[in-house]
Amino acid sequence: MVEMTYGGAIRQALFTAMAADDDVYVFGEDVAKFGGVFGITKGLYEKFGPKRVKNTPLSEGAIIGEAIGAALYGLKPVAEIQFSDFITTAMSPLIDVAANYHYRNNASLPLVIRMPSGGGMRIGNFHSKCLEAWFYHVPGLKIVVPSTPRDAKGMLLAAIKDPDPVLFLEQKKLYYTVKEEVEEEYFEIPLGFARTVRAGSDLTLVTYGAMVGLGLEASQEASKQGISVEVIDLRTLTPLDEATLKTSLAKTHRAILLHEAVKRGGVGGDIASLLMENCFEDLAAPLLRVGAEFCPVPAAPALEDAYLPSVEKVLAAIDRVMKY
Amino acid sequence: MELTPDLLKTLYRYLVTTRTLENRVATICQSQNANDPLIVGKGYLSAGQEAISVGAAHALRQGDWLAVGHRDMGAHLVRGITPQEIFAQYFCRATSLTQGRDENIHFGCTDKKILGFISHMGASACVANGLAAAMKYRGDPNFVLTTFGDGASSQGIVHESLNYAAVFKLPVVFIINNNGYAISTPVQEQFAVKNLADRAAGYGISGILVDGNDVVAVYQNALKARDHVLAGKGPVLMECKTMRMCGHGTHDSAGYVPRDEIEAWEKRDPLLLMKEQLVKEIDFTEEADKKLSLEVNELIEAAWQAAAKASGPRAEDLLTGVYTEGNLSDVNFRGRSRML
Ligand SMILES: Cc1ncc(C[n+]2csc(CCOP(=O)(O)OP(=O)(O)O)c2C)c(N)n1
Repeated sequence: MVEMTYGGAIRQALFTAMAADDDVYVFGEDVAKFGGVFGITKGLYEKFGPKRVKNTPLSEGAIIGEAIGAALYGLKPVAEIQFSDFITTAMSPLIDVAANYHYRNNASLPLVIRMPSGGGMRIGNFHSKCLEAWFYHVPGLKIVVPSTPRDAKGMLLAAIKDPDPVLFLEQKKLYYTVKEEVEEEYFEIPLGFARTVRAGSDLTLVTYGAMVGLGLEASQEASKQGISVEVIDLRTLTPLDEATLKTSLAKTHRAILLHEAVKRGGVGGDIASLLMENCFEDLAAPLLRVGAEFCPVPAAPALEDAYLPSVEKVLAAIDRVMKY
Repeated sequence: MELTPDLLKTLYRYLVTTRTLENRVATICQSQNANDPLIVGKGYLSAGQEAISVGAAHALRQGDWLAVGHRDMGAHLVRGITPQEIFAQYFCRATSLTQGRDENIHFGCTDKKILGFISHMGASACVANGLAAAMKYRGDPNFVLTTFGDGASSQGIVHESLNYAAVFKLPVVFIINNNGYAISTPVQEQFAVKNLADRAAGYGISGILVDGNDVVAVYQNALKARDHVLAGKGPVLMECKTMRMCGHGTHDSAGYVPRDEIEAWEKRDPLLLMKEQLVKEIDFTEEADKKLSLEVNELIEAAWQAAAKASGPRAEDLLTGVYTEGNLSDVNFRGRSRML
């Protein structure tokens, strides 16, 4: 075990996967000698050379196109989209081709698209959005949103082995801010399984990505008021681990959905509906959502703070649900 | 347009103002308190390529529109955005052009006919077409100038927009500032043609290759392009070759650029070239140059200090302005005068 940052764990996973399998290769804007704008691919070029670590022109559509074609040919492409915000310029190949390819053509597309996602860094609307709900709505894509270094490494390795297109939504705010001990050797964390980060009996806080830390903080605050919150990190949105959620709700009977993305039209709304449909009899209170406010991501610190979910907003939701 | 001494001096003054303003942005970025930074985010500078933005913007007349890229500080200044407004933008003040909602170079100004900056590289090209189509629709004798980098020119939307503008013979001048790098990626990893202007032939439009460090050449070619598009001869693709003499942003030391490449371009600094021309062709002296520097410096110092005093946006205003208040006929179009 060695201590790794979230970003370092992702880099480790890329080294490990490329060393283990010649079919894995990495490409995207500035990923070669420069090591990517967040430094995640640093050192890969020196180790694996220009064939396997390749700068591309500034063309997201073409990057996704290459990933699809290379995967179809049998390689395991890992493409980087510099900021998840820029995937919007490549929606057609991703949604119209990659997502439904297996269903329509009975052939796998083992590709991974890594995308730094999310805000809190004062870099404005073009560089901070959480767009996962767009992809969550599309059958055929798998969506991974790791919240810890260990998950980031293990799930990226699993994603590279996965036969389907996987969107790997890296939480850029965590790159250099969270660290933990992680196994140095190859290991996989299978996609589709949530993790109970903290056990509790009064209420289930369902969250993922950069909000897991916030959820934990809020649950610690709540415990001071005698409320026992179970925190579940979804880790993947598709496939969704419904079983873990159902088991938790059968115990706590209450739930809050927390995510960084805008609340309106977000993943939380869908999961809340799903739980209402499937855990109808278990529920002691209506479900609540906490997410970002319904406006573009602002840059000024005071505005971005007001925009994002906060411990206070989560505690207010907990209070409301508990008082029901 | 005749190259009068006054015009030449004006071009030079804008070059100096742009450089001075951006140098100030860079020094603030380097020296500011990381826990309470004055500049929110990073600085994106146009060092070395100011001549493109300044020269091209000088070809604009009042009713023309500008769709900027992220290295167009000079064009903003020429269009009348004040240094104080720019610092307020960099400091995310409530008084900034985006009310503190966006930062650094991510702004525009509809009243001054500058399309709000689009960070998605190349995307402004398709909107430029829309503005131009509307000008044509109304029969207005105006055109749109849009600029973007060599990297942006790899985007599908840029190819689509060039083709579209060609088909409809839209009055758009597309300027590519080919500054050698897109972040760390050199042009030879970005495209395989020798000159980006050569692409024009593929769309059936005119292409021009210009020395991007020569402000007068940029200005004159932009005027020529303006006449061409206004004569209904279709859009123009103008490539200005230059060099980005700084990192992609203030956080980037550009270690990936070979030293000799920088040294070669330093000799062709657009400010230096223009000054030499002024000294040679009109009564411009070292003394006049020093005076100009002092004046501009004072202007920039006063601007950033005034902007720093302004307050930031209030959290209560977070959700205002997501949508327009009232219906279309109620909206006060201000300077846009039926422009929507
Ligand atoms: C569609 C898209 N992808 C990626 C980015 C991230 N990005 C910002 S600037 C930049 C390089 C731009 O290069 P170029 O167009 O040559 O302009 P320059 O910075 O050299 O002036 C990149 C890749 C972006 N803004 N938009």
